[in-house]
Amino acid sequence: MSNPMLEVCDLAVEIGGKRIINGMNLVVPAGEVHAIMGPNGAGKSTLSYAMAGRPGYDIVGGDILLDGQSILGLDVSERAAAGMFLALQYPVEIPGVANMSFLKTALESLAKARGQEKQATVEFMRQVKAEARALQISEDMLRRPLNVGFSGGEKKRNEALQLAMLAPKMAVLDETDSGLDIDALKIVAEGVNRMRDPARSFLVITHYQRLLDYIVPDQVHVLAAGKIVASGGADLARELEESGYAAYEAA
Amino acid sequence: MENRDEIEDLVQSDYRYGFSSDIDSETIAPGLSEDVVRSISAKKNEPEWLLEFRLDALKRWRALPDPDWARLEIPPFDYDAISYWSAPKSMADRPQSLDEVDPQLLEVYEKLGIPLKEQEMLAGVAVDVVFDSVSVATTFKDKLEEAGVIFCSISEAVHRYPDMVKKYMGAVIPVSDNKHACLNSAVFSDGTFVYIPKNTRCPMELSTYFRINAENTGQFERTLIIADEGSYVSYLEGCTAPMRDENQLHAAVVELVAMDDAEIKYSTVQNWYPGDEEGRGGIYNFVTKRGLCAGKNSKISWTQVETGSAITWKYPSCVLRGEGSVGEFYSIALTNKKQQADTGTKMIHLGANTRSRIVAKGISAGRSNSTYRGLVSVHPKAANARNFTQCDSLLIGSQCGAHTTPYIESRNASAVVEHEATTSKLSEDQLFYCQQRGLSEEESVALLVSGFCREVLQQLPMEFAAEAQKLLGINLEGSVG
Repeated sequence: MSNPMLEVCDLAVEIGGKRIINGMNLVVPAGEVHAIMGPNGAGKSTLSYAMAGRPGYDIVGGDILLDGQSILGLDVSERAAAGMFLALQYPVEIPGVANMSFLKTALESLAKARGQEKQATVEFMRQVKAEARALQISEDMLRRPLNVGFSGGEKKRNEALQLAMLAPKMAVLDETDSGLDIDALKIVAEGVNRMRDPARSFLVITHYQRLLDYIVPDQVHVLAAGKIVASGGADLARELEESGYAAYEAA
Repeated sequence: MENRDEIEDLVQSDYRYGFSSDIDSETIAPGLSEDVVRSISAKKNEPEWLLEFRLDALKRWRALPDPDWARLEIPPFDYDAISYWSAPKSMADRPQSLDEVDPQLLEVYEKLGIPLKEQEMLAGVAVDVVFDSVSVATTFKDKLEEAGVIFCSISEAVHRYPDMVKKYMGAVIPVSDNKHACLNSAVFSDGTFVYIPKNTRCPMELSTYFRINAENTGQFERTLIIADEGSYVSYLEGCTAPMRDENQLHAAVVELVAMDDAEIKYSTVQNWYPGDEEGRGGIYNFVTKRGLCAGKNSKISWTQVETGSAITWKYPSCVLRGEGSVGEFYSIALTNKKQQADTGTKMIHLGANTRSRIVAKGISAGRSNSTYRGLVSVHPKAANARNFTQCDSLLIGSQCGAHTTPYIESRNASAVVEHEATTSKLSEDQLFYCQQRGLSEEESVALLVSGFCREVLQQLPMEFAAEAQKLLGINLEGSVG
């Protein structure tokens, strides 16, 4: 009934035999937004890739539960079908594949994997246009090849569009604020806030507090040297902005 | 690493269309001789001039060397081990409509996902089906006749339109152009003849589905398309073949002629059996295709999607003789497992203000090898000739090869010839991104490859583009890691 949306239990992750995440624990209840902050090299991106199941990020200990089910036995697309979404720090360019048709293909693949019927094209078109408008994404951008020649801000807004269309249970945003000017940051944050829902949780990974002014988290965790070293409310983020990570890194 | 193994696993999937159907064939005993050529000609009740044409070709063929300049390893071939004629038995009485077509034959097409009837209705496509060596069903004849378009088997054309056939057969591709074309000239079984009259736009896309069926039988199709002044035609050729243990030789000849202001668009999707993991049993596809832009401002455009065959040797070319004529070549060549492809084009600029455009996309996976080989030749009278060539190669995995071999000859100082080439590997970042959004690994590869090929896929007629995209996906299943 009331499983947490995400549970990370005593997680250990290695890349090429090198331990990056080491005994990490985290619980994100359904409907909540949690932030993970930490210095460079703390393992923030490793955590996000490990959750998404990227090959090369070897989970050598512990477990990750999504909505009460372990996802360690699932591959990348199966985890996506189970409701895991990762907004990338550096969205990838896909030449020759129109943004909109990528979205449609993704939705159809997810529906197929979940044994659902695929969305009617008319309905899809209406939805994608409405969401794009809200994120100030032009129709031209919908037709262009995915992320090819998009500015940094356009790429991140487009990640928010995918988030809105794919409507995952668990959304992980990896350094979504990097490379964004303040206007783009606001647009993306508003997009995320519109998606907040009792049946959806967010894990916002960021180096800076700035993004958390606009996406206000229920909880903030500090990740250092591969584990959570402190947790608190939204205030913790502001404290970090003042004092920096030095105290945690030393620990 | 682990990731790459996965990519390699993904390319290993079996040929889906590998089945054979049980249809009795009348077959001439294997071997190549003057008697065989005479009996093919006699079976088809051909006029004397055509028998002479064949016999002359046979004589020249014996003297011609095998073309050995391609980057291909071709096992020695025993021409006397194959049979040069085979026809489905039910052809004795030619079916007048699809209802009269051998139901077993229709079933084969059903398995291939080419429901003829549906195609008739949905696509408005006239289909001249070549099953083994004889045309079986020709549809939409009435509608074409109304427009004055001739669309029939080449055997029929020999009898009904002898002057045209006599004038143009071998006019674009001389009998002794190369050993494979020469063999075809000696023993060609059947094929398609198309004539579009002056100022006529062919009312539908013309389509032929080729299929190799009878065991141990070479296929020697012959196609001749003539577009008279100011006319337009789009012709589609698509192929799949059943699984076989023995190599099958396919040496087709396709000749196109475009008069003043005429345009011919010729599209091919080729998915013949590529052989097993080790390349055993696949088709040898040695095809000679050439178009002559005879008239001013004429245009010939080749689009090909080559996914099948164990060995592909194919260079659809354009001879740009008419002033201001245009030649185009859009190609996707996908090789997997141990397939080998050496394919490309020749653009021969003879006339002034002629233009050509080449877009070639090569995808290599498994342990395959793919070569683009292209010639752009500008002759002294071709003032202001223009060529643009773009060759892109995509590698999947680490055991395959891609090669680009452009030849450029310019003998007119006013000509401009441009060549661009890129080679890239399917990136793990792209694969991960697609999969994270919900696409399976196979769907991701198919999507990335179709994106890579987009400029070429766009050139195909709609239904064909979808089919081609599906084929690319099917042929790459199990290839990623």
